[in-house]
Amino acid sequence: MIAVKKLVKRFGLKTVLRGLDFEVQEGEFVALLGPNGAGKTTFLRILASLSRPTQGEVRVAGYRLPIHASAVRRNLGVVTHLPLLYGDLTAEENMRFFGRMYGVLDLGQRINEVLDLVGLASRRRDLLRTFSRGMQQRLAIGRAILHDPDVLLFDEPHTGLDQDACDMLDRLLHEVAGQGRTVVMTSHDLARVEDLASRFDVLSRGIISASSSRNGLGKNNLLHFYRQALAG
Amino acid sequence: MKPQPKFLKVLNFVSVLLFLTALGMVFLYSPLEATMNYVQKIFYFHIANAWVGMLGFLAAAVAGLIYLIKHDQKWDVIELAAVEISLVFFLIAIISGSIWARPSWGAYWTWEPRLTTAAILEMVYISYLLLRQGIDDPDRRARFSAVYTLVGAISVPITFMSIRLLRTIHPVVIGTNSSTSQGSFDMTSKMLATMFFVLFSFSVIFVNLFWHRIRLGQLAQQVEQIKLEELQ
Amino acid sequence: MDRPSTANHRSSPTARRPSPGFLNAIGAIVWKDLAAELRSRELLSAMLVFALLVILIFNFALELDPLTRRVATPGILWATFTFAGTLGLNRSMAVEKDRGCLDGLLLAPVDRSAIYFGKTISNLAFMLIVEVVVLPVYSVLYNINLFNPGLIAVILLGSVGYVAVGTLLSSMAVQTRTRDVLLPILLFPVVIPILIAAVKASSGFLQGLAVTEVMPYINLLIVYDVIFTAVAYMVFDFVVEE
Repeated sequence: MIAVKKLVKRFGLKTVLRGLDFEVQEGEFVALLGPNGAGKTTFLRILASLSRPTQGEVRVAGYRLPIHASAVRRNLGVVTHLPLLYGDLTAEENMRFFGRMYGVLDLGQRINEVLDLVGLASRRRDLLRTFSRGMQQRLAIGRAILHDPDVLLFDEPHTGLDQDACDMLDRLLHEVAGQGRTVVMTSHDLARVEDLASRFDVLSRGIISASSSRNGLGKNNLLHFYRQALAG
Repeated sequence: MKPQPKFLKVLNFVSVLLFLTALGMVFLYSPLEATMNYVQKIFYFHIANAWVGMLGFLAAAVAGLIYLIKHDQKWDVIELAAVEISLVFFLIAIISGSIWARPSWGAYWTWEPRLTTAAILEMVYISYLLLRQGIDDPDRRARFSAVYTLVGAISVPITFMSIRLLRTIHPVVIGTNSSTSQGSFDMTSKMLATMFFVLFSFSVIFVNLFWHRIRLGQLAQQVEQIKLEELQ
Repeated sequence: MDRPSTANHRSSPTARRPSPGFLNAIGAIVWKDLAAELRSRELLSAMLVFALLVILIFNFALELDPLTRRVATPGILWATFTFAGTLGLNRSMAVEKDRGCLDGLLLAPVDRSAIYFGKTISNLAFMLIVEVVVLPVYSVLYNINLFNPGLIAVILLGSVGYVAVGTLLSSMAVQTRTRDVLLPILLFPVVIPILIAAVKASSGFLQGLAVTEVMPYINLLIVYDVIFTAVAYMVFDFVVEE
C-alpha cells in the first residue's frame, strides 16, 4: 500500500530525511514514533502529497508521488493536529464542502453516515468554532473518511485533547482502522498507540532505525523497545 | 571561498581601466555641448547606468524563470545578484537624471515615463528584498522570489506603456512643458563615440560586479550551510 | 457501518470514487467563502468601514471645491478601492492559513489552479460588494451621479485585474513572517497600470467623453487582466506546493 525507498528530504541545505525506507501492507496500522524534530511530520507530509521528496521513490496506494499526486489524494485521508476545518461553517457545511471537493457521490447520505460514526449528528447545524477541540478532531476524522479512502494518515491526533476526548478518539480510531484501511499514525504518546497499532516503527536521525510488530514486542515492552531504538 | 579565477582577476583590472578611460573620454575627449556645457556630460553616465540597470533587470527575469523550471538554487543566487545590481545602477541613473534635469528643465523630478517607471521598478526591487527577508526556508524563498520577479518583469513594461499612453493622449498639465521632450541636443560624432564607449565600459563593469556578487551569494550559501550543520 | 463482504479486502478504488470536477471544486470554494462570510460578516464589515473611513479622510485631507472634486473623484474612488481591497485579500487568505485549511484544500484531488480561481472569484465578489456600497454613498455625499454604465464596466475590469494579481500575491504573503504588512508592499507597485487605466477611463466616462477616447485605457485594462490571470494561473502551483 505504501512503499518508500531511499527517501531524502532536504530543506535548503538542511537534510531531514536521509535515505528512508518504509513499507506498509494493506490493512496494517503502523505507529511511527520518534523524538521531536526527527522528521515525522515532514515524512507524513510527503506521504500526504503536501511536500515533495528531494530524492527517492514514494508510492502510496499504487501511485507514485509526486507525479500522480492527484490519484493518490483521491484515496487518502489525512488528520493532523490542526482540524483543517472552517470555523464559520457548520459541521454539516464543512462536510458538504469537502464532499464536493472530493466528488463524493450520494453526498447527503454519506454525510449522515459519517456524522453518526463520529458521534456528532446532533451538532450538525452548529458552527465549528463552537466545538471543543475534541469534537473538532472527531469531525476532522469524519472529513478524512468522507470519500472512503484506503489509506489514512494521522499526525499526532491526540494533541491538545483531554483524557475523555482521547478515549473517544481512540474508540473512533479503532473503528475506522478496523475497516480494512491502511493507517500510519505518528505519536508521542506510547501508551495510546500500544493498543491501536499492529506495528511500531521508530524514526530517528532521518531513517527508520527500528521496527517491530506488536507480537514481536510482548506486553509493556514498547517503552523499552523505543528507548533502545533511540539509543542504538 | 574559492579564489578568484584568473579571468575574473583580469576582468577586475580591465574594468578599472575601462572606467578610467571612459572618464577621460567624457571629460577630455568629448566636446563641450553648446547650451549645457559640463552638465551635459553627466548624460553619458546617466545613460550607461540606466543601460546596466536594464541588463540587470533582464538577467533577474531570466534567472527567475529558469529557477522555476529547474529548481536549481544557483539560479536564485544569480537572480538576487541581478536584482541588487539593477537596483543600485537604476538608483544612480535616477539621481544623475535628476542632477541633469535641474539645470535643463528647472525641476529635480518630472513625471516623464522613463523616470517614473524607473522609480516604480525600484519600488518593486525593494518589495522583492522585503519579501526575501520575511522567509526563512531557502526553498520557499527562492520560489516566491522567482514568482515575484516574473510578476514584476511583466508588470513594469506594462506600467511604462501605460504612463506613455497617459502622456500622449493627455499632455502634461502639471510640470514644465519640456518634460515631454527629452531635453535633447544634437550629438556630434565625438559625442556618439564617447557614449558608446561609456556604454561598453559599463557593460563590462556590470559583468564584473555581477560575477563578484554571485560569488558573494555562493559564499553566503556556504556560511548558511555551515551554520545549519553546526546546529544539527 | 457496513463494509464489503470480506473483512479486510476493499473493493477497487477507481470504481467507487469519481473524479471531482474542476468547475465543481471552484464552485465549492466560492460557495464556502461566501457562506462563511455571510455568517461572520467580518471581512465585509471591515472592508466597508475602512472604505468609508478612507473617503472621510480624503474629504478632510483634500479640501476641494465642488468642481475640483468632480475631477478628483475617480482618483479618490480608486485609491479607496485599492486600500480596502488589501484588507479583503489578506483576510480571505488568513482564514485558510489559520486552521491549516490551506492544507485541507491542497489535499483535495483537484488541480491547484481550482483553488486559485475559487479564491479569486470569491475575492472579486467581496470587492464588488464593497464597491457597490461605496458608489451610492459617495454619490449622495458629494452630489455626483456615479450611476454610469461605463464607470461600472471600468470598475469591474479594474477589480478583476486587481484581484487576479492580489490573490496570487496574498497567497505568498500569508506564508511569510511579515504577512499582512507584506501584501500592500508587494501588490501596489505591480497594479499601477490598473490604477492608471482605471482612473483615466473612469474620468473619461464621468466627463462623458466619446468611447473612442476612452478605449485605449479599456484595452489596457483588458490586456492586463488577461495577461495576469494567465500568469497567476501558471505560477500558482509554485506558490502553494512545497
